[in-house]
Amino acid sequence: MKELRCEVLVVGAGPAGGMAAKSCAERGIATILIEKKPEIGAPLRCAEGVSKKMFKEIGVEPRPEWIRADMKGAIIRSPDGTAFQLDEAKAGAEVGYVLERHLFDKGISELAALAGARILMRTWMTGPIREGGRIVGARCVSMGEPLDIYCDCIVGADGVESQVGRWCGIDTNLKLNDIEPCIQYRMAGCECSMEFCEFILGRSIAPGGYLWIFPKGHGVANVGIGIMGTFAKDGVRPKQFLDKFIAEDPRFRNAQVLEIDAGFDSTCPGLEGGYSADNVLLVGDSARLIDPITGGGIGHACVSGMYAGEVLAECKKKGDYSAKALAAYDRRIRDRMEDSLYRDWMAKERLAELDDETINQLVRLISTADIEHVNVQNLLVAIKEKFPKVVEGFEDLI
Amino acid sequence: MKVDTAKCLHCGGCVGSCPRNAIFLCDFILTFNGDCNLCGRCVRLCPVGALEPEARQ
Repeated sequence: MKELRCEVLVVGAGPAGGMAAKSCAERGIATILIEKKPEIGAPLRCAEGVSKKMFKEIGVEPRPEWIRADMKGAIIRSPDGTAFQLDEAKAGAEVGYVLERHLFDKGISELAALAGARILMRTWMTGPIREGGRIVGARCVSMGEPLDIYCDCIVGADGVESQVGRWCGIDTNLKLNDIEPCIQYRMAGCECSMEFCEFILGRSIAPGGYLWIFPKGHGVANVGIGIMGTFAKDGVRPKQFLDKFIAEDPRFRNAQVLEIDAGFDSTCPGLEGGYSADNVLLVGDSARLIDPITGGGIGHACVSGMYAGEVLAECKKKGDYSAKALAAYDRRIRDRMEDSLYRDWMAKERLAELDDETINQLVRLISTADIEHVNVQNLLVAIKEKFPKVVEGFEDLI
Repeated sequence: MKVDTAKCLHCGGCVGSCPRNAIFLCDFILTFNGDCNLCGRCVRLCPVGALEPEARQ
């Protein structure tokens, strides 16, 4: 049996895993990053939107090739076509980039490699190695050969698929209402705005979710949809809603699909039982850190990866990777994200209950309200004033 | 479970949403292990309807 030894093993080379490996390696931790697929960042399972402020928070200068389009704002559209346009001046830091994920993900892993992390492609974990009940490493398969990697801590960055947590005693199971199956077409020949991301709401459009149009320039756009798991069944699948929308919207009459992507979002407010256990912690989508209202996960993924490295450097100093020592990671996640995750989870639950007419009214309201700086928080403030029922039960978070 | 390999987009969503962690995906191959109790959640959630319940032999 081939064996390797490191201090931190990161499972999965998406943005969360790449950032975790970079963050660990920069701090002198012997780090191995493994990736199941033969290519980092592909195939795509993402709408590729990210806020600009994220790059500042993680201290990474975005490279031009990572950014496919620079957004001027966002449009929120209700089922009756009412549009609320958010310009950059109003949307501030909430406005973002549409990335080229296969280049961005590789770019982050490249930074991890430059920092000293060892990367093993075509390598996946099949289960933990335990000694006396304690996790001391991971059973892996690397290029078809069995490989045992011994480490002090496993960082689970295996995305929405997330098996590392469940193998290692962290409950990442999702309730049906907190799962959002998604499908997306990358389309060419779209006659939609190439400067604004569009979000289309409504039970008749995307029950319990939304439909998005994220432009990538030159008439290309990611057009996708996510619906709430509780609404999904045979005959009610994301693909049917997306196909119907595209067939009826004249902006796509000449558009052709270049790529079909699918994937699930988690829309829960983080992990109730915590993000770490003895010798294991979870980052990014595997830690269920996707924002429940936007479905965006890249920002939280990168930030959680960065925190993982910071906390693991402390663990290395003390030689202690126990749950108690790793609780510092949980605290950082909770302080930074949990209030907004919970607020947005409540908002998502409420939004899913609304009929199309109420959503029309809501969008009309926010489009006429004078909101100086538009973000989820301030939108909810405006809604709270006119439609207090929508925010009942989580007013204190607004 | 029966997987319609011509429909499956290998997105892995079913893997993460399986309450029993009984589904595995490697590249284009989706496998179910003995922990699957045919609860049908993956059938319901598959974005393209590529899964069908089928009693194990």
